[in-house]
Amino acid sequence: MNNPARALIAEDEPLLAAGLRADLAALWPALNVVASVGDGLQASTQALALRPDICFFDIRMPGYSGLEAAQALAEDWPADATAPLPLLVFVTAYDDYALQAFEAQAVDYLVKPVDRTRLAACVARLQARLAQRGTPAALEATLAHLRGLLGGGAGGLGAAAPARLEVIQAQVGNLVHLVPVDEVIYFEAADKYVRVVTSAKEHLIRLSLRELLPQLDSQRFWQVHRGTVVQARCIAAARREESGKVTLTLRSRAETLTASRLYAHLFKGM
Amino acid sequence: MAAMPSLPEPATVLSAAPVASALAATVQRLRTGLWRHVVVVGGICLGIAALLTALDGGRFGVKLTYAVAIAFVCVLVVDAVRLFAAWATDQLRSRRGLAHVQDSAATIGWRGALPGSLLSMLVGPPVGLWIGDQLTGYTSPSLLQWGTSATRITLTLSVIATVVSVVVISTLERLHHARAQAEAAQRLAAENQLRLLQSQLEPHMLFNTLANLRVLIGLDPPQAQAMLDRLIAFLRATLNASRSASHPLVTEFERLADYLALMGTRMGPRLQSRLDLPDGLRAVPVPPLLLQPLVENAIKHGLEPHVQGGRVEVRARAEGATLVLSVRDTGVGLRQGASPEGTGFGLMQVRERLATLHGSAASLALAPASDGEGGTLATIRLPLSRAAAA
Repeated sequence: MNNPARALIAEDEPLLAAGLRADLAALWPALNVVASVGDGLQASTQALALRPDICFFDIRMPGYSGLEAAQALAEDWPADATAPLPLLVFVTAYDDYALQAFEAQAVDYLVKPVDRTRLAACVARLQARLAQRGTPAALEATLAHLRGLLGGGAGGLGAAAPARLEVIQAQVGNLVHLVPVDEVIYFEAADKYVRVVTSAKEHLIRLSLRELLPQLDSQRFWQVHRGTVVQARCIAAARREESGKVTLTLRSRAETLTASRLYAHLFKGM
Repeated sequence: MAAMPSLPEPATVLSAAPVASALAATVQRLRTGLWRHVVVVGGICLGIAALLTALDGGRFGVKLTYAVAIAFVCVLVVDAVRLFAAWATDQLRSRRGLAHVQDSAATIGWRGALPGSLLSMLVGPPVGLWIGDQLTGYTSPSLLQWGTSATRITLTLSVIATVVSVVVISTLERLHHARAQAEAAQRLAAENQLRLLQSQLEPHMLFNTLANLRVLIGLDPPQAQAMLDRLIAFLRATLNASRSASHPLVTEFERLADYLALMGTRMGPRLQSRLDLPDGLRAVPVPPLLLQPLVENAIKHGLEPHVQGGRVEVRARAEGATLVLSVRDTGVGLRQGASPEGTGFGLMQVRERLATLHGSAASLALAPASDGEGGTLATIRLPLSRAAAA
């Protein structure tokens, strides 16, 4: 806490961003707001580039949501100890996400419109936490909170559970390849597509991983990274790296996959 | 009623809840109408017994026993035939692959009643007399002796009583059904009004607008006041929308302008909007806030997820006797594989309102915008002449 704390604000509504900035300036004059961005993608890339101490993420943003931005941040944050993962504060309007999920995960959150009293309490909590930040226990706690938010009700968009997918239909020109889900070794997000990889071939489907995930059996298909879902029985071994990530070798493919530190807890001896 | 979507029906008004088959409907009708049977048939039996006692001076109790016995058999036969007719209807419909159709007012209570009555006239008197004999210990003369006055009186009274009770009971059932339907329709209308209100006062929109207003009060009080005025006009229109049947198209466009201005304050340069209303169409009456859900969808599903934002255009034009209203955005476009029908509540609600007002003469279509800018185009078509006369 020798240097003034640095913060990043991600909020797509310009007035709200300006308002939060003004309120923070009044309550915490020493806080240096290094960037204010308007979408989820910039939120994670700018945070990775600028390494702020605190991130205020709006939940509903164009591009990626605040939660997805936080996930990307946690997965791609470099492992060196000089800059610990930023403290995350989620900002949400009335009914965006289940507020009780945030309560349960003890990640700080603000409900719009944000009143000064509430923001002052948040600032006090952030100042206290900055002092004890950087310990491995703190990082593990943040990861656990994020896991809870991503896996639990907070990540859902409130849609009813869709039907299980048994066959993947991948179209190439006017030909549709049918791939039984059981033959898929892993799915990998690639821009607006998802790569469907089997032992012998790979296909592209026009679907986001986010849309695909609820249609897969989560017992059989494990998400190991925000962009990777792998069939558990196809994993041969998992090796934990220094960085906290886990390298996965596969039974019938030569390449390896990386499980991010958010999902590293899936791999431990029985 | 045919155009109503399947709304969750509370089970409180049993007789108005939709039923899966004609058989179930008939069983339900008989169950809820049991007291009607007892009162009507009982009354007729008492009347007949009293009449016969007055005519030939026999014992009232005996006459009543015979009357009740014959009536009991007749009622059993009529209701059994009605149940059979309902069952047969279900069989026919399912064999032809037709869905169960709610009985129309004309068929309520009548299906199977005529053949049932005829059969009961054949079966009721002999079986009823036999039961009466067992109960009283008398021996009635055989009905096959045509000439006797006893036979004539028994048959005549049975026929008259059967016809009267079938007509009376069926009429009562129809009245009851009509009342239940009216109640259900009223409840549905109230429910729809509430949901319309809820959808228009979407909390996310409301609280985000208030959050912006809160900031603006500090930064730019005159603009904050202007924004508050827009919000007030929007809220007032929303609350009034469920109360009035129509307002002029120019008012509709003013409310859309309010909404777009509120959203514009929130989204800043990410939202541009254009409203295009020809002068000749300004006075045309339209259902209040009909276009609101479409504009809301254009922003929520089209522009909000789009990082660079975009434009919303609302247009009205006349095509002969058709009023064409369109809402177009330059946002992310329809999701791959999304049905052109649209599944959201906003679209369903617009469709429902159009169907209630104009039946199949009005339509709502959702399509990818056909020019190079992408995005989605929602088009409402409704009869202009009828709208103008409404």
